[in-house]
Amino acid sequence: MTATTTSTTLTFAKALNTALADEMEADPTVVVFGEDVGPLGGVFRITDGLTKRFGEERCFDTPLAESGIMGMAVGMAMNGLRPVVEMQFDAFAYPAFEQVVSHVAKMPNRTRGKVKLPMVIRIPYAGGIGGVEHHCDSSESYYAHTPGLTVVAPATVQDAYTMLRESIRHPDPVVFLEPKKLYWSKDEVDLPALQARWGAGGAAAAGPRIGRAVVAREGSDATLITYGPSVPTALQAAEAAAAEGRSLEVIDVRSLVPFDDETVTASVRKTGRAVVIAEAPGFASVASEIVARVQERCFHSLAAPVLRVTGFDIPYPAPKLEQYYLPSVDRILDTVDELQWEEA
Amino acid sequence: MTTSTGKNRKGSTGNPLDHMPRTAPDSSRAAESFMLPQTAPVQLVDPDGRHVHNDMYPLPDGRQLLTAYRQLVIGRRVNDQANALVRQGRMAVYPSSHGQEACQVAAALTLGDGDWLFPTYRDTVAVMARGVDPIQTLTLLRGDWHGGYDPYEHKVSIQATPLATQLLHAVGVAHAAKLKGENTVVMAMCGDGATSEGDFHEALNFAAVFHLPVVFFVQNNQYAISVPLKHQSVAPSLAHKAIGYGMPGERVDGNDLAALLGVLGKGVDRARAGGGPVLVEAHTYRMQSHTNADDATRYRTDEEVQAWLPKDPIIRMRSYLSGLHLLTEELEQEFAGDAEQVAARMRDGLNAEVQVDPEDLFRFVYTNPTPQLREQAAKLRDELSRESL
Ligand SMILES: Cc1ncc(C[n+]2csc(CCOP(=O)(O)OP(=O)(O)O)c2C)c(N)n1
Ligand SMILES: [Mg+2]
Repeated sequence: MTATTTSTTLTFAKALNTALADEMEADPTVVVFGEDVGPLGGVFRITDGLTKRFGEERCFDTPLAESGIMGMAVGMAMNGLRPVVEMQFDAFAYPAFEQVVSHVAKMPNRTRGKVKLPMVIRIPYAGGIGGVEHHCDSSESYYAHTPGLTVVAPATVQDAYTMLRESIRHPDPVVFLEPKKLYWSKDEVDLPALQARWGAGGAAAAGPRIGRAVVAREGSDATLITYGPSVPTALQAAEAAAAEGRSLEVIDVRSLVPFDDETVTASVRKTGRAVVIAEAPGFASVASEIVARVQERCFHSLAAPVLRVTGFDIPYPAPKLEQYYLPSVDRILDTVDELQWEEA
Repeated sequence: MTTSTGKNRKGSTGNPLDHMPRTAPDSSRAAESFMLPQTAPVQLVDPDGRHVHNDMYPLPDGRQLLTAYRQLVIGRRVNDQANALVRQGRMAVYPSSHGQEACQVAAALTLGDGDWLFPTYRDTVAVMARGVDPIQTLTLLRGDWHGGYDPYEHKVSIQATPLATQLLHAVGVAHAAKLKGENTVVMAMCGDGATSEGDFHEALNFAAVFHLPVVFFVQNNQYAISVPLKHQSVAPSLAHKAIGYGMPGERVDGNDLAALLGVLGKGVDRARAGGGPVLVEAHTYRMQSHTNADDATRYRTDEEVQAWLPKDPIIRMRSYLSGLHLLTEELEQEFAGDAEQVAARMRDGLNAEVQVDPEDLFRFVYTNPTPQLREQAAKLRDELSRESL
């Protein structure tokens, strides 16, 4: 992003916090609730200051029950509010799973569109922070596999801000996955300019991010397709590959559902090779779905099978073992090496 | 069931834990009243170390209290040492039970060898008091595996983090024991916040309906991370929830070791004798932040914390036992020495570099690893061998 006079350094966490505050300011029907989101401001401080600024009725703590939080959000959305709920950690969202799968995802369909559920489920997700068990799950596949849910995972500070605002205005329920590892990442952001885009025109003026992947780095030899916490790793790999004379394009999918076939397909048709990278276990995952779609659409452009770098098919490991599990630059480069270059 | 009427009890017909139905109780009025907890938490030794008479709970004898007091001293030392190890980067995180040690010790000591304990992340001291090796206990929080001890060895389940989920496992263990004709009691622990989770309610109901030997033990330390009890429940007390499921509830001063031994002990005895489940709520206080990653000054005042200092469980037991001349200067030093030994063992164990074996990642996911896992393990092995070239 080009620096302007109004550009400031913003963390991913602060971008989310600002997006919540701006959207609460813009729309009095937006309510934020969950565990420890009130006076504490959330365990990651994403809701910091919201109770103080907007009052206890707009940002509040609930009794400790995720199913309760989710079910109540459904009712509030049915009755004209826009709930933004926080699940404290990925693995602590599971008690709410029934509400999510059986009601959040299905209510609009069951009622033939009469009942809309414009709610956002914010989930700090994935690993790489040395967290103890239940604090590091990559749970995106459960949600992406559930028809009716919109699932996004921003990887940049700008997208954190913009996609959260867009998600809150979205007509359907959005599972908003926040890579914990990126909470403290920073970028130069022209915040006033970003905010201005959300004036009268709203999401349209801002240019939709939901359903749109982005080319995070251009390249010509192969495409790395990834999202969320693995985006910075893929960019590092592309940088390292460039030093070795190989030009890798990096696609940040950022919207898992809906999936942007167009951007991904265009890139792979151009490069002829692709590696999909994600932290989650690979079996029956979002990564598998991406590979299948690329193969279906780009078969005649492919010089090699589409490969994956994913987590192993194991429970997320303890902190001292996570280095062996997470997709790494080396593992990505090794996999790129396997893309049958000798036959090119 | 005794006929004596407790002076604290209102509209109640005696000690709820004395009431011994053979099957799940019927819903007659008499059945209702025995389930109500006392109007104030049971206290047998006050903060100044004086005995408080209670018709329904006799004071445990001095020897028992002395043994328990020794564990209390060790428990405090364990908490201090664990905090220090986190500061030194030897442990990922530690949820301290500082201030709650009496609950921890009583939960472990009231159980027999064949009984089971179902602890949470905060119950490290209870786990150790039950005999589990300190280093094995802390493996989870050191971060080299998700658990470090064999649950069958001391009949201590793996510490649970997803709130209230372990309560249903406790119910299952008790149910199996009942079906197998074993004389097992299960102590199922959770916090005040966890009582809001659906699993808490399901566990109590199952235990009551199947009339199982489970003692549900809620440590009400007034907070769930930043959220105070008043946002969690507006019931007269958490113990009152018991009646809704058809089991007795009791409240106890959670900083009074003697009262805890009395109330939990009675619950265990009652469950063992076929009386069914009970719910015990201990009123205590989380003296430190939720974990070292939390900053409690953001949501509570220092005055509030200070007000709990004089109620410290160790101080009052020390003055009570010293007053009886059971606790001598010599013994006090001996206990401190024992605590120091445990602390030294924790330091040595956690300062030693652990060798983690990356292939462990694949070893225990299935009894017979899938072909895919074997492939992934081989790939990692290959990767690591190339790295070490
Ligand atoms: C299902 C679930 N949701 C959220 C969490 C995150 N969390 C861990 S401890 C805690 C507070 C629990 O409070 P309480 O039950 O009172 O126990 P305490 O920590 O005070 O001992 C929360 C919200 C969790 N572990 N599990
Ligand atoms: Mg608590």
